[in-house]
Amino acid sequence: MAAIERARAVETMLVEAKSVSFAYGRQAILEDVDLEVRAGEFVALVGPNGSGKSTLLRLLLGLLTPSRGTVRLFGVEPERVPDRGRVGYVPQRPVLDSEVPATVEEIVTAGRLARRGWWLPLRREDREQVGHALQSVGLGDLARMPLNELSGGQQQRAFIARAFAGEPDLLVLDEPIAGVDAESQRRFRDSLTHLIGEHGAGVLLVSHELSAVASNLDRIVVLKRRILFDGPPSELAASGVSLGVHQEDLPLWLEGLR
Amino acid sequence: MRWMVAALPYPFELGFMQRALVAGVVVGIFAPMIGTFVVQKRMSLIGDGIGHIAFAGVGAGIVAGVSPVGAALVVAVLGALGIEWLRSRRTASGDLALALFFYSGIAAGVVLVSLGGAFNATVLTYLFGQPLTVSDSEIGVILVLGAAIVAVMLVVRRTLFAVVTDEDWSRVAGLPVGRMNSLLAVVVAVAVVAAMRIVGILLIAALMVLPVASGQLLARSFRGTLWWSVAIGVASVVAGLAASRIWGLAPGGTIVLISAAVFAVVAVIKRAAVPKLQAEGAGL
Repeated sequence: MAAIERARAVETMLVEAKSVSFAYGRQAILEDVDLEVRAGEFVALVGPNGSGKSTLLRLLLGLLTPSRGTVRLFGVEPERVPDRGRVGYVPQRPVLDSEVPATVEEIVTAGRLARRGWWLPLRREDREQVGHALQSVGLGDLARMPLNELSGGQQQRAFIARAFAGEPDLLVLDEPIAGVDAESQRRFRDSLTHLIGEHGAGVLLVSHELSAVASNLDRIVVLKRRILFDGPPSELAASGVSLGVHQEDLPLWLEGLR
Repeated sequence: MRWMVAALPYPFELGFMQRALVAGVVVGIFAPMIGTFVVQKRMSLIGDGIGHIAFAGVGAGIVAGVSPVGAALVVAVLGALGIEWLRSRRTASGDLALALFFYSGIAAGVVLVSLGGAFNATVLTYLFGQPLTVSDSEIGVILVLGAAIVAVMLVVRRTLFAVVTDEDWSRVAGLPVGRMNSLLAVVVAVAVVAAMRIVGILLIAALMVLPVASGQLLARSFRGTLWWSVAIGVASVVAGLAASRIWGLAPGGTIVLISAAVFAVVAVIKRAAVPKLQAEGAGL
């Protein structure tokens, strides 16, 4: 019975870091970090600037290799994951750094490639999924617009739609709503809750601004080279840190950790 | 080619001009097609760098007594993979990796050609192109290589677009980033060698980049940029060959100058159009 329970837990474990440390040269960035995200969970990762959040994301996604410890993505080492289309990723970037114009639709269509097989032509269901992803972030009417003619918030929604287009089981977002307008934040929250509620996906969100999603979070993880806190928002709130009422509370508290 | 003789008017009524036209149009199609991805990757000078490496291959072929074009192909492909290897491992930036191969290639070419005692007009045709002396067999090679390049680019265009636009994201998404980058480098090398006799290894990079510079001003999508660039590339080749025949100019250089002139005209028109559009928008 215990074996079945354990197997079920492993099945739903999307990403897991165990005793992970990482250093650039002699400078330690992360020390002995444990983190896990399971299917259907909405987890926020917060920390002051330079606390190692982006490094931890890159380790979890297999873009970096830990100095010590292990990372498992869908139960295996990140580079051995057979279907990388199961991971949706929204990198930290305010605007598309592009020489050549690209439409919103072209950017979002890229999100289908891993799911379809990069060497195969896209089919009708791929185009429908791209359409759904665009609608879900409110960019259906702007699909043919060049991305670099949109506002920062709209561009960020396009990158979120690219991640949605792949129908991810795990969605990892690095500061996706930094400087984004209130309308974009509302659509962003609705899209995430839909992905978690309807598709049972797990979400790992790195952000300083949690007020838009505070009521939907299952756990908050506070990182400053080590994990300082990992638990439900209510526990953090009990220690006097507000996530929802006063938007500035969390960033100020985090800066106090520096 | 004989079927074309009666069909085309001056300045393309003669056989050598028709051979140049066929070879040139093929290059005018594939060079900007590759260039759209190269420009997006911010490696606009890679064609130039690989052209210089190909010159070392020409020299090696002359010294070894084998086909200079075949030797150039082998050396250019190896050089292209070397540049990509250095860039991907961040041993050197894309810029520095290009410069290292660029200067070593041209220097090796000069030394090898002088060793082979071949500093003559033939070498100039590799450097600056001479489409008017292209033979039927060379056209066959250009057609085969051109068709292969276009087929490969069309099959991988979406994946290559994703990779050259956002490498990190593509890696996370499981796209074959390393293979796509290597493929693009090899395709550039093959294109440089295929186009060597048309615009020359010193000018082929221009035909990869200048039509794209115009195309990205005219289009509002990546796909649109690609096809605008191809159209401008083909038009530049046709107009350049015609001008070279009519006024007795060097064809390779004329093709590139026309391509640059197209960019200048498009840039001026766009600059004039943007304030007008903004004024119209403000009035709404």
